[in-house]
Amino acid sequence: MTAVEDRPAEAPEREVGKARRRKEDARLITGRTTWTDNMVLPGMLHLAVVRSPVAHGKISSIDVSAAQEAPGVIAVLTGRDVADEQGSIPCAWPVTPDMVNPGHPSIAVDEVNHVGEAVAVIVARSKTAAQDAVELVDVDYDLLPAVLDMEQAVAEGAQLTHDHLESNRSFHFVFDGGEAGTGVDTDQAFADAEVVVSRRFVQQRLIPAFMEPRSVVVQPQGDNYTMWSSTQVPHILRIMLAMVTGVPEHKLRVVAPDVGGGFGGKLQVTPEEVISLLVARRLGKPVKWTETRSESLMTAHHGRDQIQYIDIAADREGNVKGLRCRILADMGAYLRLVSPGVPVLGAFMFNGIYKFPAYRFECDGIFTNKTPTDAYRGAGRPEATFAVERIMDELAVELDMDPLELRRKNWIRAEEFPFTTVAGMTYDSGDYETATQQALELIGYDELREEQRRRRESNDPVQLGIGVSTFTEMCGLAPSRVLGSLSYGAGGWEHAAIRMLPTGKVEVVTGSTPHGQGHETAWSQLVADRLGVPFEDVEVLHGDTSSSPRGLDTYGSRSLVVGGVAVVNAAEKVVAKARRVAAHLLEASEDDLDFSGGTFSVRGTPGSEVSIQEIALATFAAHNFPEGMEPSIDADATFDPENFSFPHGTHLCAMEIDTETGMAKIRKYACVDDVGTIVNPLIVEGQIHGGLAQGIAQAMFEEAVYDADGNLTTGTFVDYLVPSAADLPHFDTGNTVHEAPGNPIGAKGVGEAGTIASTPAVVNAALDAVRHLGVRDIRMPLTPERVWRAIHQGGDGGDRATAGTNAWGGAQTETTAGVSTPQSALGGDQ
Amino acid sequence: MIPAAFEYARPTTVDEALQAIADGGDDVKVLAGGQSLIPVMRLRLAAPETVVDLARVAELRGVRDDGDAIVIGAMTTHHDVMIDPLVQQYAPLIAEATETVADRQVRARGTFGGALVHADPAGDLPAVALALDAEFVIAGLQGRRTVPAAEFFVDYLTTAVEEGELLVEIRIPKLAGEWGMRYEKFNRVAQAWSIVAVAAVVRRENGRIAEARIGLTNMGSTPLRATAVEAALAGAPASPETIAAAARSAAEGTSPSSDLNAQADYREHLAQVLTRRAVTAAAGL
Ligand SMILES: Cc1cc2nc3c(=O)[nH]c(=O)nc-3n(C[C@H](O)[C@H](O)[C@H](O)COP(=O)(O)OP(=O)(O)OC[C@H]3O[C@@H](n4cnc5c(N)ncnc54)[C@H](O)[C@@H]3O)c2cc1C
Repeated sequence: MTAVEDRPAEAPEREVGKARRRKEDARLITGRTTWTDNMVLPGMLHLAVVRSPVAHGKISSIDVSAAQEAPGVIAVLTGRDVADEQGSIPCAWPVTPDMVNPGHPSIAVDEVNHVGEAVAVIVARSKTAAQDAVELVDVDYDLLPAVLDMEQAVAEGAQLTHDHLESNRSFHFVFDGGEAGTGVDTDQAFADAEVVVSRRFVQQRLIPAFMEPRSVVVQPQGDNYTMWSSTQVPHILRIMLAMVTGVPEHKLRVVAPDVGGGFGGKLQVTPEEVISLLVARRLGKPVKWTETRSESLMTAHHGRDQIQYIDIAADREGNVKGLRCRILADMGAYLRLVSPGVPVLGAFMFNGIYKFPAYRFECDGIFTNKTPTDAYRGAGRPEATFAVERIMDELAVELDMDPLELRRKNWIRAEEFPFTTVAGMTYDSGDYETATQQALELIGYDELREEQRRRRESNDPVQLGIGVSTFTEMCGLAPSRVLGSLSYGAGGWEHAAIRMLPTGKVEVVTGSTPHGQGHETAWSQLVADRLGVPFEDVEVLHGDTSSSPRGLDTYGSRSLVVGGVAVVNAAEKVVAKARRVAAHLLEASEDDLDFSGGTFSVRGTPGSEVSIQEIALATFAAHNFPEGMEPSIDADATFDPENFSFPHGTHLCAMEIDTETGMAKIRKYACVDDVGTIVNPLIVEGQIHGGLAQGIAQAMFEEAVYDADGNLTTGTFVDYLVPSAADLPHFDTGNTVHEAPGNPIGAKGVGEAGTIASTPAVVNAALDAVRHLGVRDIRMPLTPERVWRAIHQGGDGGDRATAGTNAWGGAQTETTAGVSTPQSALGGDQ
Repeated sequence: MIPAAFEYARPTTVDEALQAIADGGDDVKVLAGGQSLIPVMRLRLAAPETVVDLARVAELRGVRDDGDAIVIGAMTTHHDVMIDPLVQQYAPLIAEATETVADRQVRARGTFGGALVHADPAGDLPAVALALDAEFVIAGLQGRRTVPAAEFFVDYLTTAVEEGELLVEIRIPKLAGEWGMRYEKFNRVAQAWSIVAVAAVVRRENGRIAEARIGLTNMGSTPLRATAVEAALAGAPASPETIAAAARSAAEGTSPSSDLNAQADYREHLAQVLTRRAVTAAAGL
């Protein structure tokens, strides 16, 4: 073993903090990778799903004979055919002991409960043959009334979403600060208050709209099965599929290859995954299912959809006294993996950054005949943040106070951290004042206020408003014991392993499965620093339960702050083992060794040193190894956090509103976020930008709209408006850094922060622009029509007409026929 | 989503194309840029027996000067129309409106003729053609005929092009005198169709509006002319007040639909605001 001569004298530049370009991007962006739908296996069969065109009905008959005889069709299976083996799509979060779960067959057996629900599956030799046969399946439905409106669904004598249940209520969850001992009595606080403001806010239904549609491939090999799926959660999926289908867990391998986005939408065990496994098991052949975009919009789970009744109590000076939240949360037709948990996560966040002495949260989970809802970027926290940041503005108006002044008066001060809130959370670190000051400077607050005044005075048709959102959120899911106390069906730890290869290269195995976040880059940076190896020498392995056997996957902004910590801890263990080998090779005591830049050196003996790469090779050879030590310096680690992390920030939006047309346009957007230590500034900036785009989209563009029959009329991207860069403003971003005390990296989650923070800033800005015209509220999204109606007719802008737009010949969804006529240019087959 | 199976023909001349249509069976669809037809076939809202692809019919592409008119071949792509010097010189309104159509990718494939025959009420070019008094040259096996814009748009997604016929070119008369033009499009995101749009073509003479032609997009099942506004403006002084007053009748005689983007009354309101803005700009105020 020879020491390397030309080693630089100085320690190498730290990787953490470097704006590295993401090493995975070239292959992801050019598509030179294995997306699930790229997989082609010998003899593979293709699935197409026959879906219900009605929102609620009994299946009175299904005739599959014509489909069965169609060219290339191998089999047609109905719910009845798989009734004994399909079990129920699992719900892992029974939020109350008496929560009602109607059960969720992957293929409907007797009854359909939302448009798009699977009623049969075609198995054919080609995708085309499968698709052609879909139209040949003849299903008769006895229609039942569709339950579509939550407020009607909870009224006395309401129609039922599931007629075998007693009501449309799945659960009633309560958190009461008084009862929990974290606050004073809420009713008393309201009774004593000088000022009470009450509002009803609507969190519209959204669609995650990930870029890569879902896709599943299953290959049977004897009694083993491998599933490739475009999922965020291969590990959870494996366990759940084993429980649902009875395929033993050790006979099942799940692979999430490169996955093109999820936003929570792929945090699921889907009917199509179960169906694919059942068909592969029954036929003994590999199968593939890939959805179309309209199938995706219609049947992949939706997000948000709450009605919030919020009361805030304060004294005349603006000191808040209490907060009371009653929430109706739409579950859709069934409970999916964490559907009930989404609003319940919000329960701990409605109080935001403010020191409410009293707090009560009540939530009803409601069934309707719509696509099930579940996690969508932020999951529970955007809803909570919206409510508190909106009601703070309403209170400021009531008190005739500056909205920032009101916030300042009530927020937790920097010196008060760690601070235990009225919801029982311990906020870890931060400084709201500094972030706010920086954001005000970034946006040029004083000039904007001056311009606003000028436009108001001159009665300019274009009015200007400035909106504030001073948010925090809880992320980094999660301490296992906390999840346990909330009845969640799993823990919140994460696992990592590090393998030192003989040539000195490093394999990092992670249990958090990326779907676009940049794990490979960030983990490489973490490991390069800890092991002193080049960034390029680190390969990150993920998303395959056979190579990464333990993990809890990616959601809730948990990857870096839980999974990344596991990586760091594993690296520390590698260094500890390598130190022992180094001591042996250098014939020194471990205590006399320094480790820096990947090299162990004997203190005070220049030239006596050995690199970690050399140690890796020596370990491989194992010719000369410490007595009694197994020949490996590999290590793994499992990290379970003690607490959530609480990123925070101040977001400011300046909005122009054309009062003649109602068109709202963001003029400027500035935000200063504190996400603790920044491992890679480029990735953080990217997460903030993407998060802002989605939060702004909720405020201004996106809404899943159902018509009176329960058809999703925003069934294509013509009508479900996802904004592009052209529709969004430039973002002025900044950071403050308060390290998270709860993890050795010091990082807080950033994946959801932008989405959580931005929505109320935008709506507050719009209202600030037109409040002097008598507008009190405008429902999201702020369509020009709604804004115009709110200004000129009063109210909150009201419901939109539900018909899809007429562009494209009225093409809407595959189940709502277009409106083209026989004479029309497109010909009328439907 | 996969279209239902269909026969496919790819002729290279107009005559061959007409023959292919005649031979194609009961339900034949002509394929131009495919930007409207293919999506609807993929959704199986249309399932033609035969698709006749015009991509290789070279004679249908390009813009030429024909004395008192410029002539745009039906298969000229949006992109090629937009950058054409003749279009920019004689009918800048077409270039301005085409720039608002969809995105680069769609403009690289979608065609001027396809957009007009498709006659989507939310499409931008029909109202423009109407405001410019364009003429449509339609070919059939029996020969060619020319249809004025006022008679071309028959109903929702329906034009004067009959079964078995092809739109071959569009003649845009050159305008004499001092004309100003403006296309005011209102939509929610950059690449989207119009919720409402207004095409204004205005001739000024001695501080007066000598003539105004106003086309409305998406204010009914076909593009419409705002005749009441045109009448009110004819000979009126070119002032903001007269224009604003005239624009108030922009929605007269229209029957807009109600959909996700706008209910009918809001569309009527938008038509007035956008007409005022378009005419004001076209009049050079
Ligand atoms: C994402 C997207 C956004 C869009 N946004 C807009 C927009 O903002 N504004 C707008 O105006 N349009 C928009 N469009 C539509 C676009 O302009 C299309 O290109 C146009 O409507 C159709 O032109 P095409 O050449 O693609 O025709 P095709 O789709 O090929 O054909 C359309 C119809 O016309 C018939 N047809 C075509 N050519 C002829 C001919 N020569 N003779 C007889 N029949 C013919 C076809 O049979 C078919 O029925 C958008 C399209 C997309 C995909």
